[in-house]
Amino acid sequence: MTLLLASFAPPYWLSTLIKVLVISAVVPTTALILGMVFLFKIMSWMQSRLGPQEAGPRGTLQLLADGVKFLQKEDIAPNGADLWVFKVAPLVVLMSTLLLYVALPASMHLVVADLDVGVFFVLAISSLSVIGVLMAGWASASKYSLMGALRAAGQLIAYELPMVLAVIGVVIQAGTMSLNGIVLAQNNGSIFGWGGIGFPYILTQFVGFFIFIAAVQAELTQPPFDMPVAESEIVSGYQVEYTGFRFLIFFLAEFATAFAFAAIAAVLFLGGWAVPWLPTSSDWYYVLGPIVLFAKVMMVAFIIFWVRFTYPRFREDQLQSLAWKVLIPLALVNIVVTAVLKVVL
Amino acid sequence: MSQLSSADTETPEATAPEIDEAREAVLADITARLGDGVVGSHIRPGDDLWIRVDRANWVAAAEAAKAMGYRFFDFLSAIDWLPSPFGRDMDSQEDRIVSGTPAKEPEAMVQGYAGGETRFQLLARVYSISAGMGITFKCDLPDDDLTAATWTNVYAGANWHEREAREMFGFSFDGHPNMINLYLPADFVGHPLRKDFPLLARRVRPWPGIVDVEPMPGVADEEGEGE
Amino acid sequence: MTAISDPQSVAALAADAVDNRVNLDFETEGMTLNMGPQHPATHGTLRIIARLDGEQVISAEPMCGYMHRGYEKLTEVRTYPQINALINRIDWLGSFANEVPFILAAEKLMGVEAPPRAQWIRTILFEMSRIANISLFLGDFGLQLGGMTAGFYAFRDREWVLNQIESATGGRFHPNFDRIGGLKDDLPKGWIESSHIAMDKLLAFCDELEDLLVGNEIFQGRTRGIGVIPADIALSYGLSGANLRASGVDWDLRRDNCPPGLVYDKADWKVWTHPDGDCFARTWVRLQETREAAKIVKQLLDTIPSGPVMAKVPRIIKVPEGEAYVATENPLGEMGYYVVSKGDLVPFRVKIRSASFNNISIVPWVARGAYVPDLISILGSLYFILGDIDR
Repeated sequence: MTLLLASFAPPYWLSTLIKVLVISAVVPTTALILGMVFLFKIMSWMQSRLGPQEAGPRGTLQLLADGVKFLQKEDIAPNGADLWVFKVAPLVVLMSTLLLYVALPASMHLVVADLDVGVFFVLAISSLSVIGVLMAGWASASKYSLMGALRAAGQLIAYELPMVLAVIGVVIQAGTMSLNGIVLAQNNGSIFGWGGIGFPYILTQFVGFFIFIAAVQAELTQPPFDMPVAESEIVSGYQVEYTGFRFLIFFLAEFATAFAFAAIAAVLFLGGWAVPWLPTSSDWYYVLGPIVLFAKVMMVAFIIFWVRFTYPRFREDQLQSLAWKVLIPLALVNIVVTAVLKVVL
Repeated sequence: MSQLSSADTETPEATAPEIDEAREAVLADITARLGDGVVGSHIRPGDDLWIRVDRANWVAAAEAAKAMGYRFFDFLSAIDWLPSPFGRDMDSQEDRIVSGTPAKEPEAMVQGYAGGETRFQLLARVYSISAGMGITFKCDLPDDDLTAATWTNVYAGANWHEREAREMFGFSFDGHPNMINLYLPADFVGHPLRKDFPLLARRVRPWPGIVDVEPMPGVADEEGEGE
Repeated sequence: MTAISDPQSVAALAADAVDNRVNLDFETEGMTLNMGPQHPATHGTLRIIARLDGEQVISAEPMCGYMHRGYEKLTEVRTYPQINALINRIDWLGSFANEVPFILAAEKLMGVEAPPRAQWIRTILFEMSRIANISLFLGDFGLQLGGMTAGFYAFRDREWVLNQIESATGGRFHPNFDRIGGLKDDLPKGWIESSHIAMDKLLAFCDELEDLLVGNEIFQGRTRGIGVIPADIALSYGLSGANLRASGVDWDLRRDNCPPGLVYDKADWKVWTHPDGDCFARTWVRLQETREAAKIVKQLLDTIPSGPVMAKVPRIIKVPEGEAYVATENPLGEMGYYVVSKGDLVPFRVKIRSASFNNISIVPWVARGAYVPDLISILGSLYFILGDIDR
């Protein structure tokens, strides 16, 4: 199979076109699946109700119906809105999500761009969405949006740091920043000489995993960190003036980013697209890789959404003090301990 | 915590009228503090105490009650003793306006407990948690001068109650910090709880039509408010 | 009697500046946020005009009246049974509780006493409406703070109580069951057993909610120390019910000034207070009150006497001349009716003293210096029903 693919050397424009098509197909699909499974069904079951039942068999096509509903809505903007900024803001947020998927590996070769600095690229790109949020909040010419955007700016920037610091421990252990390289390191690694399940970094980086998941909750503005979008206070915050297709873009971006972050967590901590007993050079991974990655993403996403549905939300200053006074020191200690143990052991 | 029922000692015989000693003591205390201010009273034994004070002593009565331990503010409102010129049936109000039936002979105006001489009476009630008793205060307001001093400096809760009494009856309270309408729109004409304000069905008083959003109180120019 | 904790005395020191703040000074700095009549956090059409400085509230003025239905004017042209149907709708979550003080006031003026069986059933339904009302508060407060799952659990478990009320009275929300002299009907067969089951489910719900919400650290971080109301400020504003008991004042109208006609002294129960006076205290007191109400109902269910449910009253009710004020401990606080009667079919004047009216008049005082999320916490914990404020 590898030989077959090696002989398929398309010209640059064709390969770029294929990559663009793949991403534009994958991103909405993942958002849809995540939204359907977790937002509708799992949340409903946790709240002792059934969830959507009408659209499609057992309500599975509900999100598709919602998408169509959003598409056919009137495109309005508030009276005093800065129109150009207002219209571009959702696209900025979506753009950072699409770029996130560029570095995600579904298998050894099933990756759009196998970057050497994959981790660095991913973390940097995810910060771009803050600009989109600020644009949305300001351009909406509404006090609720402005408040939401200001809260979001503070929160998203504050939680970048714990996310980055939590990942450094993994990078130290793997010795590489490339996402595929980290998967290989986990697969080929061994725990005290026993290579049965490889060496998923969650076993030693459990602190890093916890901090990463908490930071991901905050980056996605999900409860308990959803002050910017506090539904019962400022009614959607910076998204409040967006209707129809533009709101759909925000929604899509949020769930696609959730999938992407869960995938990154799976790659960094759970072993990514590889299963321990199958060496990574096997051809099976062209099919098995995406499936394994998907399963691990679902597990991580379950944790993310489970916390989302259970906890009340933090107040903005409590949120900030959690980031600066708890998570960052914890992550720094984690880095130091990891570095020391890596050298010693 | 012991049972905080009213500590009245009722006379055992059914022939002699019951004497509510605790409430008699409260009445005596208030009369001692206010002197001539107390112009009427009524006690229903075992139940309640009504005290009518004159207008000049309205706030003094509140302060006296609060000093005696009546720190819980129940309510403040008013009674309009004019018998309704429209009759008391459901539809009589509408009939008079629509079909022009002659007005009924106005009945005599009779005030209730603790007496009274005027049409409007202020009504307020305060309660003492330690004693387990309440006092209902009444105060006459002359028809040509419907003002009284405000209770907000004594009981902060009277703020909203006095606003409501003003818009419903047409009183004014001296010294009230924020005398704007509570329930009714700012441009409402009339005082609804007066007896001569008819409760008219929609057939008679038509819908006012589309009205503009009422501006925020005091803000002359409107900025775009996010809602 | 009242335990004043440090937060209370600190908050009391700022009491003097309050009423000046209530008057809007038309400052131009800061932002005016209009938490308009349509808002997810206000239980109905309450409008709060908040002047903000960043995220801090300088002044918050509630504007009510969007749901003013003119009850006091209406009572002057409705007969007593008609008024009974009207006043169900003041506090629509615990609606049986609205009827009781009015009926008791009319009975006091008429000199009629309901038979014992009716008094028992009245008290049981009163407590059930308290459970229905406050269990919704417990879930809804979680919803306002972001933990939406609590809201769904509350609605699910509330159904047990609403089903019981419906099977006895015919109406889940507006029973209209009380009559002067007793009740409209007797209980259906098997109601007592099913009520026992419902109360057990409610007690389990209270435990579950304590685990899910009240014990949660984030919830405690959002509610502890927020919106402290000292006891004397609470009394001066006329705060009642759980709000007052959460400030340390040990007063409950069911125990201390129970009007004749309700049989709270026939059950063994406890009044819960909390010294702090903050949002957490109010939530905690209401949680305990729900448990206590379920226990009261279970005890009274076991001891219902048999007999008629209606005393001898004439068909056309004419209440003799007089004035009476009866107040009871409703789910929201103290609700009372001052009935002035001239011996007619129709009362002369009814003054409705509703609990939420006084409870919300304290919002300008409490909201000074709070953050916007705290404003939501405070409003939620004070717990009002718009129909109760606006009548």
